[in-house]
Amino acid sequence: MEAIRAVAAPLDPGPAQTPVLIRAHGLSKTYVTSSGEVTALKGLDFEIYDGEFVSVVGQSGCGKSTLLKLLAGLLPFTAGSVELNGRPLRGPTRETAVVFQSPVLLPWRTVLDNVMLPIEFRKLPLAMYLQSAVSLLEMVGLSEFAQRYPFELSGGMQQRVAIARALLQEPRLLLMDEPFGALDAMTRDQMNLELVRIWGRSRKTVIFITHSIAEAVFLSDRVIAMTPRPGTIADIIAIELPRPRDLSVINTDWFGRYTARLRSLLDAQGGLL
Amino acid sequence: MTVEALDARPSPTSPEAPPSVLRRYPQFTISPAILLALLAAWWLATDVLGAPTYVLPPPQDVMRALLGGLSRSPWDKASYWYHAGITVWEAMLGFAIGSALGALLGLVLSHWPILGKSWYPYIVGFQSLPKVALAPLMVVWFGFGLEGKVFITAIITFFPVLVNMMAGYQAVEPERIELARSCNASELHLFTKIIIPSCLPFLFAGLGVASVLSVLGAVVGEFVGASAGLGMLLMQFTQAMEIAQLFAVILLLAVIGFLMNHIVSLIERRHCFWAQRSNATART
Repeated sequence: MEAIRAVAAPLDPGPAQTPVLIRAHGLSKTYVTSSGEVTALKGLDFEIYDGEFVSVVGQSGCGKSTLLKLLAGLLPFTAGSVELNGRPLRGPTRETAVVFQSPVLLPWRTVLDNVMLPIEFRKLPLAMYLQSAVSLLEMVGLSEFAQRYPFELSGGMQQRVAIARALLQEPRLLLMDEPFGALDAMTRDQMNLELVRIWGRSRKTVIFITHSIAEAVFLSDRVIAMTPRPGTIADIIAIELPRPRDLSVINTDWFGRYTARLRSLLDAQGGLL
Repeated sequence: MTVEALDARPSPTSPEAPPSVLRRYPQFTISPAILLALLAAWWLATDVLGAPTYVLPPPQDVMRALLGGLSRSPWDKASYWYHAGITVWEAMLGFAIGSALGALLGLVLSHWPILGKSWYPYIVGFQSLPKVALAPLMVVWFGFGLEGKVFITAIITFFPVLVNMMAGYQAVEPERIELARSCNASELHLFTKIIIPSCLPFLFAGLGVASVLSVLGAVVGEFVGASAGLGMLLMQFTQAMEIAQLFAVILLLAVIGFLMNHIVSLIERRHCFWAQRSNATART
């Protein structure tokens, strides 16, 4: 644990080197329900740098998904402030794209038309984006399925369509809410590898919500560990594993130390479910 | 015989032998057989066992009446075509108006919950009223012409479409709406690209029910007062004790109801082909 701290601290990139994309200060969210108020998030302070891959881990109900919806502008926050690219965040923006837990593909549209949907919503010129939609489908290995319907695709393929749909919007920030949670372990490993590859090529800023510590360590530059109810930040760990990463990194000592550190952090907060 | 022979053919080497013709196409094999059996029983009851013709006319009399009514020119007021045309026209107009209003109002009441909640008790109250009871009133309001029949048909077809549309709106996956919102979709796009297509399977379920009810509405409207239409013919033939003719018109109405419903399901198959198969995968 001490070793990780020692490695992580000096390598923490300051705002001087890399521009800050997101700056959250005192971010809180309280839901008002019929049985009273529920505090989902309380006083979150963090910065996300441009081009960074950051995972958020924590047990179910720690407010991870709430955090993602706040950052996506889909939910109003109760207190605090969020700046995205220097401007205060108020509602969904052109700079953000979301990948949800389920693929959320429209069954009446072909794969290609599903990928093009955000372009239609944002009223951008369709012809300009068609070519990049086709090449994005190629990038996620689905070029032959462009004219197929979602029900003809497996769960993993559907989620890859959802990733292509998000990337087509050319977002600076990609928000992913447990995108592989519904997939089996083998497909999940494969999707993680693919995501590392895609991220390596596109270098978007990614905020990745997961409850898998190994997934978070494998993918991320930094991992935000959350405490449950109300959700606060337990710690932010920098993952200094070399890139490009492949699955063999999972068997290294460093990987094991990072996961152990995160596990003890989360265990101290009541354990992982 | 050939079917049985096919069925009995042993197939020990191929456990995945194609199923028999009977199993694959029961609608082309067993269904016609049922029809033949029913006709035979009918014929047996009338011609052989001698049921009185004013209770149950023999099938050949009904067939003769049907062909007689259908062989005349559509402009001849004694032909079934003429009356069927009027009834179908009434049914279709009422269906179009009633279901369009039902679908529209279903969307509006669902999208603005204040409207939905405030109107809900009246909708439930009006829905529990037997709409057929309004038919005599239609004569008072609109007389013996087309309008009354269209009105009663519209009222009858309105509710199944309204109720299904509201159920459809409730069933729209919230994630689809979040996806649209995350892309800054306009309210209009949210409706045209997400909500309305999502509701289509429910809408078509309502339209299927409404299509059959539309013929009922037109016929009931004609019962209470009309100068033409199959419903009026039914009344005339009953009063004249022309039971074979009566049966012929009933048969014709059954065919019309079936065709109306069939057209709706053809359109559904074209526009909702995805609904059947995607339900299984959409949950992943």
